[in-house]
Amino acid sequence: MSDLRRGVARVGAFLRKESLDDRLEDELNAHIDEATDDYLDRGFSPAEARRLALVNLGGVQQARERQREARGLMTLDILLQDLRYTVRKLVNDPGFSIVAVLILALGIGANVAVFSVVNTLMLRPLPFTNPQQLVWIAPPAQKSGLSGATYSTDAYDEFRMYTRSYQDVTGYFAFSGPDNLNLQIDGGAPIPATSIDVIANFFQVLGVQPAMGRSFREEDARNGASPVILLSNAWWKRQFNADPNIVGKAFDMNGHQTTVIGVLPASFDFGAVFAPGTKVDAITPLNLYGPPRDWGNIITFIGRIKPGVTLGQAIGDSAQARSHMCWNNRQPQGCGTSYDPPVPVPLKEYVSGRLHRPLIVLWLAVGMILLIACVNLSNLLLARASARNKEFAMRGALGATRGRIVRQLLTESLVLSAAGALVGLLFAVILVDWFAHQGAVALPLLSELRIDGAALGWTVLIAAFAAILFGLVPGLRTAGGNLHDALKDSGAGTGVGRRHERLRAALVVGEVALACMLLVGAGLLLRSFLKVLDVDLGFSPDRAASIKVDYEDNPADGNGSTQASQNAILARRKAHFQELLAKISAIPGVEASGVSDYLPLGQNRSWGTPFPKGVKPPDKLPAGPLVYVVTPGYLHAMGTNLRGRDFKWDDGPNQPQVVIICKAYAQFLANYAHWPNGDAVGQILDNGGGNLLVIGVADDVHTESVEGDTGWQIYYPTTQTFAIGSELVIRSRIPPSSLAGSVFSTLQSINPKQSKAEFKPIRTIVDHAVSPRRFFMLLVGSFAGLGLVLAALGIYGVISYSVTQRTQEIGIRMALGSTTGRVQGEVLARTLRMAVAGVVLGTIASVAVARLIASLLFGTSPWDVVTYAAMAICLLCVAALSGYLPARRASRISPMVALRSN
Amino acid sequence: MNPSRLDLLQGTLDLMVLQTLAAMGQLHGYGIARRIEQVSGNQVLLNQGTIHASLVRLEQRGWISASWGVSSNNRKARFYAITKSGRRQLEQDARDWERLTGVMHRVFSMNKNEEPA
Repeated sequence: MSDLRRGVARVGAFLRKESLDDRLEDELNAHIDEATDDYLDRGFSPAEARRLALVNLGGVQQARERQREARGLMTLDILLQDLRYTVRKLVNDPGFSIVAVLILALGIGANVAVFSVVNTLMLRPLPFTNPQQLVWIAPPAQKSGLSGATYSTDAYDEFRMYTRSYQDVTGYFAFSGPDNLNLQIDGGAPIPATSIDVIANFFQVLGVQPAMGRSFREEDARNGASPVILLSNAWWKRQFNADPNIVGKAFDMNGHQTTVIGVLPASFDFGAVFAPGTKVDAITPLNLYGPPRDWGNIITFIGRIKPGVTLGQAIGDSAQARSHMCWNNRQPQGCGTSYDPPVPVPLKEYVSGRLHRPLIVLWLAVGMILLIACVNLSNLLLARASARNKEFAMRGALGATRGRIVRQLLTESLVLSAAGALVGLLFAVILVDWFAHQGAVALPLLSELRIDGAALGWTVLIAAFAAILFGLVPGLRTAGGNLHDALKDSGAGTGVGRRHERLRAALVVGEVALACMLLVGAGLLLRSFLKVLDVDLGFSPDRAASIKVDYEDNPADGNGSTQASQNAILARRKAHFQELLAKISAIPGVEASGVSDYLPLGQNRSWGTPFPKGVKPPDKLPAGPLVYVVTPGYLHAMGTNLRGRDFKWDDGPNQPQVVIICKAYAQFLANYAHWPNGDAVGQILDNGGGNLLVIGVADDVHTESVEGDTGWQIYYPTTQTFAIGSELVIRSRIPPSSLAGSVFSTLQSINPKQSKAEFKPIRTIVDHAVSPRRFFMLLVGSFAGLGLVLAALGIYGVISYSVTQRTQEIGIRMALGSTTGRVQGEVLARTLRMAVAGVVLGTIASVAVARLIASLLFGTSPWDVVTYAAMAICLLCVAALSGYLPARRASRISPMVALRSN
Repeated sequence: MNPSRLDLLQGTLDLMVLQTLAAMGQLHGYGIARRIEQVSGNQVLLNQGTIHASLVRLEQRGWISASWGVSSNNRKARFYAITKSGRRQLEQDARDWERLTGVMHRVFSMNKNEEPA
């Protein structure tokens, strides 16, 4: 109780120091006067009486200090004193302060920004309810594209029925292309948007509540149900001006009146989690028991594990369900063998698991930047400390303890670092905002990025860490010096000065070594990136562009269930696209054009593994080639080389079914078929019922990733096979973007309902595929650049300082006949000695840790000699440059001026 | 300075001040210091300056109260008096102190050959 009371009183006393000091003064005066009177009474002379009174009091100042110490908050008092002093000092030296704060701000800002990325992608849970229970369920990884990672609707039902470890299983339609939704408002031009079909229980399983309205119910996905749609928060704001009464309104979407039943919360971004780098505007229910039933493998599985069930149990449970799963219940011979055992992996791992390694590398890189910044600051402070040696010696002589001086210096570091953290936070906010708007970068969760409480906490933590790191060494150094020496040390060439210089040189060597490691890392990533850009994709992305073409079958032609209906649909499509391509080809500048339903590096599917007719296939066939249904001219427009002949418009439904296959697939089949010369052209394949005549062999195309294997492809003609969509590809002699207008007006003249879809250069598709690599490379590269600049600053600082310190010495030597060249040479040699030491150390360290980034490289050895050499030379050049400036200054010192200095 | 004078143990000064005020009523700072020196027979090495630190501590805890008054020499001075809670604290501290001195006494009167009882 009394402790509490005293605490309050002390804070009070701290706040009204002046009035209490006045009172104390009165009291002490009264004390001395009383005592003096006492001694006078005892017969002492007035002077002696006063002296004795003072002696017995034991010093007025000491009494004052003791009382204040007991009364208020001494520690805080000292801190405030130090702070005031520090701020005054820093304001008086703006050059130093600005440089120091900027260096720290760069280091801290980069760290906070990267921490936010790491936190969002790696540490923070996914934005769903109990996200740790959610799993992604897919077969073990293989190369048959999305078809190999998805399941049929029948398989979904059986998996759901025969597993016990899941609360529920949901999924979405994996083959929705971009701009698959045409919104028409009041008869205006159709507005393209992207929607995804999900199973009705999708939002229940993820635990996402709509911000407005309701989510899907079972009945929304039944046959004949009236169409409903959920809007993403972003689309609702952008397209519908955040209309608060949107729920219940109906719009014309793809020709159907579709009712908006709700708006999703801003925290739910389908693209950010499941389809990085794409935006998804709306969600629609998937009718499991309608036409999708016959579309084969179309659904991805997402499950929520029951509480208390381990992942291991879920894996076992999922594997056993395989024996019940059928590709199609109407083909029972496939039941139990259609699928490999489904494997659940934590959803978080599926979404960002691959990114752990790059993120850790990124984190290390910014950590190194912070270290370099700290070393630089240490160096600056050391230089300042040598200049302030006498100040500290003076304070020491006046009774400041060593602890007090270290405390003062640490306060200075903390003030600097706090200022750096504030400015750095500003940098980080800008940087993170920029990251979050990189919608085209195929990295998950990027749009969720923000500076949150954790990032602020991290800022405080690294700011304090940095302050201690860069403040302690100079602090101890300075305070540890001998007072006597310091007071006598008149600057150049004596004890403390020399020791400081050695320490500073060591710091610079360390800094150069760190910069060297960063540069080597960035160099390796850059080289990998160049190698990736160099990959032969099997098509040529330059001077080609694509646009999504809208086309609708004539309802009178039926649904393709009879032969006659099929023929009618195909005939109408043929007529339409033949005319369309003829008109497009007539546009000046167009070199070739064609239509495919899917494009490489986008959506894909496979339809089994056609095998040479009459040859017995092995028991276990690998997953089949990816299927593309294309028009004549498509391969040429894409720039894919072809041997044999291309499709013709005459390859009609009553002609033999023709296909084009890729080289690698042809090679694989030739191993079994013993074709003449191993040539597949002219051979017949059996696709489990029908015959396929191979009319051509095309180059292997990178269909799934730029960096991975090419996989296999098979092309069917649109004149014989139903295509799912239509992407028009144009190869031009002039930059494709200049054709956008004429292409669009041509499309609109053929089909007035053509929506204003994006005219996309094929290059952007490739860029999108390599965007994560580019993103990481750019980040690591800019950090390396930053490290290089900081290291150069460090070298410049040390050399420049040592030149200043030796002005006198250099002057004497010049006076004694030393040449300009010789002085310059010596300073440069000193610089290069430090740089070489740093580079050697850095190279050794890089060799040791290069294995860490080996998995991030492409076609580049982690010990790539060219990169190492290039980076070493680059560093040495920068070092030489930063040493040259002070060297030139040194050689221009006039002996007369130098000898007069000091 | 008399080298044979006693150094004050930590915390004992506050207790002495309380007891002095309890016994003598209102006193000013110098008066308290002087009284303690007299009572101790000049045995205690009292740095009179420390009395003011002690007074502010006790006042902050609410064990003594202070008011301005006029000294016998007709001088303005701050007079201190013990409060109710100060008396309670003094009683308790005095008991503890006696117990401690009792224990110390027994420790010092321990003989080499004596078995612990």
